[in-house]
Amino acid sequence: MAITLTINRKKVSLDIDSNTPLLWALRDHVGLLGTKFGCGIAQCGACTVWVNGEPMRSCVLPISAVGNAQITTIEGLDPAGKHPIQEAWDELDVAQCGYCQAGQIMTAAALLKKNPHPSKQEIVDGMAGNICRCGTYHRIQEAVALASKKVKK
Amino acid sequence: MKTSRRNFIQQTALFTSVFTLGFDWFESKGAAMAIANEPGRFNAFLSIDSTGKIRLYSPNPEIGQGIKTAFPVVVAEELDVDWKHVEVLQANLDTQNFERQVTGGSGALKHSWERLRKAGATVRQMMMQAAANQWKVDVSTCKTSQGFVLGPAGQKASYGSLAAEAAKIPVPSTVTYKDRKDYKIIGTRVRGVDNQAIVTGKPVFGIDIRKPDMVFAQIVRPPFGATLKSFSADDVKKMPGIIDVVSFKNKVAIVGTSTYEIMQARQNLTCSYGSEALLESNETHQAWFDAGMKSDKATVQRKDGDFANAISEAAKVIEATYECPFISHSPMEPMNFFADVKPGSVLLAGPTQVPQPAQKAVATLLGVPENTIQVELSKMGGGFGRRLSNDFALEAAELSSIIKKPVLVMWTREDDMGGGTYRPAVRYHFKAGIDAKGNITAFYLRGVGLNAGNSTRQDNFPVGAIDHVLIESVDQKSAVTTGPWRAPITNFLGFAEQAFLDEVAEAAGKDPIQLRLDLLARVKSNPVGKITYEPDRFAEVIRQVAEKSGWKKKPGVHQGFSVYYSHFSYVAQVAEVQVKNGKPQVTQVTAVTDCGEVVNLSGAENQVKGAIIDGMGHAMFAKLNIQAGVTSPTNFNAYRMIRGNEVPKIDAYFVDNGISPTGLGEPALPPTGGSIANAIYAATKKRFYKQPFY
Ligand code: FES
Ligand code: FES
Repeated sequence: MAITLTINRKKVSLDIDSNTPLLWALRDHVGLLGTKFGCGIAQCGACTVWVNGEPMRSCVLPISAVGNAQITTIEGLDPAGKHPIQEAWDELDVAQCGYCQAGQIMTAAALLKKNPHPSKQEIVDGMAGNICRCGTYHRIQEAVALASKKVKK
Repeated sequence: MKTSRRNFIQQTALFTSVFTLGFDWFESKGAAMAIANEPGRFNAFLSIDSTGKIRLYSPNPEIGQGIKTAFPVVVAEELDVDWKHVEVLQANLDTQNFERQVTGGSGALKHSWERLRKAGATVRQMMMQAAANQWKVDVSTCKTSQGFVLGPAGQKASYGSLAAEAAKIPVPSTVTYKDRKDYKIIGTRVRGVDNQAIVTGKPVFGIDIRKPDMVFAQIVRPPFGATLKSFSADDVKKMPGIIDVVSFKNKVAIVGTSTYEIMQARQNLTCSYGSEALLESNETHQAWFDAGMKSDKATVQRKDGDFANAISEAAKVIEATYECPFISHSPMEPMNFFADVKPGSVLLAGPTQVPQPAQKAVATLLGVPENTIQVELSKMGGGFGRRLSNDFALEAAELSSIIKKPVLVMWTREDDMGGGTYRPAVRYHFKAGIDAKGNITAFYLRGVGLNAGNSTRQDNFPVGAIDHVLIESVDQKSAVTTGPWRAPITNFLGFAEQAFLDEVAEAAGKDPIQLRLDLLARVKSNPVGKITYEPDRFAEVIRQVAEKSGWKKKPGVHQGFSVYYSHFSYVAQVAEVQVKNGKPQVTQVTAVTDCGEVVNLSGAENQVKGAIIDGMGHAMFAKLNIQAGVTSPTNFNAYRMIRGNEVPKIDAYFVDNGISPTGLGEPALPPTGGSIANAIYAATKKRFYKQPFY
């Protein structure tokens, strides 16, 4: 039975096992490859997408649980790369290998949406769930702070 | 020309003006050698077309070390063009035109610095000559600026407008390089050339490879040392989306149309394994370490003077044993590789640090000529040495040849963490003798490694400063596969040695920094035997870190010092620990690095900070256990990776000396465990002898 998802404002109909985690539905069936696989057990944050604006780990979220919710992936954040978080990521040259960064960016952008002007500690805590094996943590934290300045008071 | 140029031709076919010239940079004779049918391509590293489009080619695999940005920066600097107008492309494997398409050993910039400068400076010279001919002036009266040639009477011509003429000019045999004071790009902060692709989620990694008719596969690998006796795949084959289940080399591959379906089907696979010998466990390894320490068959790696006699005459003897477990590389992107084996042609694509060995090994495996194998390079989601072993590429090729389909072999995190080529487990025993004045007179090190090769670095500091030295190694073979792990051997040896010297300094009643400076003064005036490092550069990073960190000048802050030389670069560190709620907390690390000329300051800082965080995280938390050939843990729930709320403030400084650049992907890692352990000791009087600390 086909399941219809709303991904980056577009309706997509998928005729796959409804237990399929959203991560693999996106990557293998929808063809959106920006969302990354890191652990598959909700530990690393590489697969973070938004479901109704909330950051979620798509590797453990079956598509049956998504329903009519709006899904936003890294491709849907701002395809032109002009979201304050994307701009800050470029300006501060955050990425090393870049693999974890889609998840970092989706987590950070969600953080700013909730709390446009977080304190330093709120940034550190808000980003602590995402692993970066290359160790770009300082620049991640600095970039969230920079993006927060770009967000109008 | 023997290699396929499909890809280059594809890229260059877009050029609007057609001329053909190029030369092989790696012929020292500097003779012009045509890069056949590649319009606009002046040499392996760059092309300029008549519209002024400047393309720079980065030959080395990008793993997060920033090479794809750093290499073109050097070419663009000497070419004298505006960085904003440059387009950077990843070159695929091209053994004809590139010499070292390798990511590993922090060796790329050291190897290529001169070649990159020459690639840029030569074409700049040709542009000036073309302009001089056109203006009928002497070339020495011309200058360049930001992609233009400027003439003596105010003439101005863009490189693009000169490209066709320049291409006809004989390649100059000598060129002059810019004075470093005129650098406009080198040494500045240059943003990564792939930043836009990363922040918008473009499919640039190996895991993102999609090709027509491609299938997916996962492979179940045996415990280390075991052989596959049988497996039952009937239930697996019945599962939805499963195309085939095949076995090769003790492995079982499940082939299917999607990742999740394969993951589900895999749960129904039962394999039975056997083994000739007892399968290895932690206890086996401990017994091997014990035996290796007692063995009379150690390989002597270095001998200066008479260690046995000197230690017997020492006023004080300090001894310590250090040990580290196997650890996984765990790059964020798990292993994966694409292969399409067809009669007469093979396409390999994916993340490898060493594409040429992949090509060679697959040629041997399949019994096909190397020049029928094309290798496309993807970006790598980290590697840390894991992608130096091409096991994943060979598996993909073998599987594709069996199933006769293009296939992307995907490793789960569990496969990746459990699948081997780990950092070797090693035990070290150090002994030092000091005389009544506190000078080190005798120094001994034995390393016992499991598949570690020579687990010592016998010519490294403090060797060279001590009269009586004995360095030995024992290599014990193990079924657990190992490979280089960021800063091979020194990633742990650096810690052990720097922690040991801290103990020695304490026993000798000396400041740890002064102890090193005294030893280096001795090396400078009167070295013992062969040395591989330059004592002046060593001493300089030490002096600078002492100053920048406020060594011993911060009340209430406990500091630990370390310094290490590796990959031709020098890194000194001071770590700081403050005790909060009774617990030691690493609050800051100050690092001074001498890697010669810093090409891209942004990338350099990233590498130093990343390596320190990597060194700290793994020293504190990382450990794999082996039981009957099976590794645990297998995922990040139990294999603890350092996180953003656990990292200290890091200040990274660079020595400004203009020496040709040396490696930076690794050198900041080896001193890290030492500076942190020594700082924790200063705070708690507790020494660490084993990694992980916690
Ligand atoms: S892949 Fe989902 S949290 Fe790691
Ligand atoms: S940038 Fe490589 S894992 Fe984060």
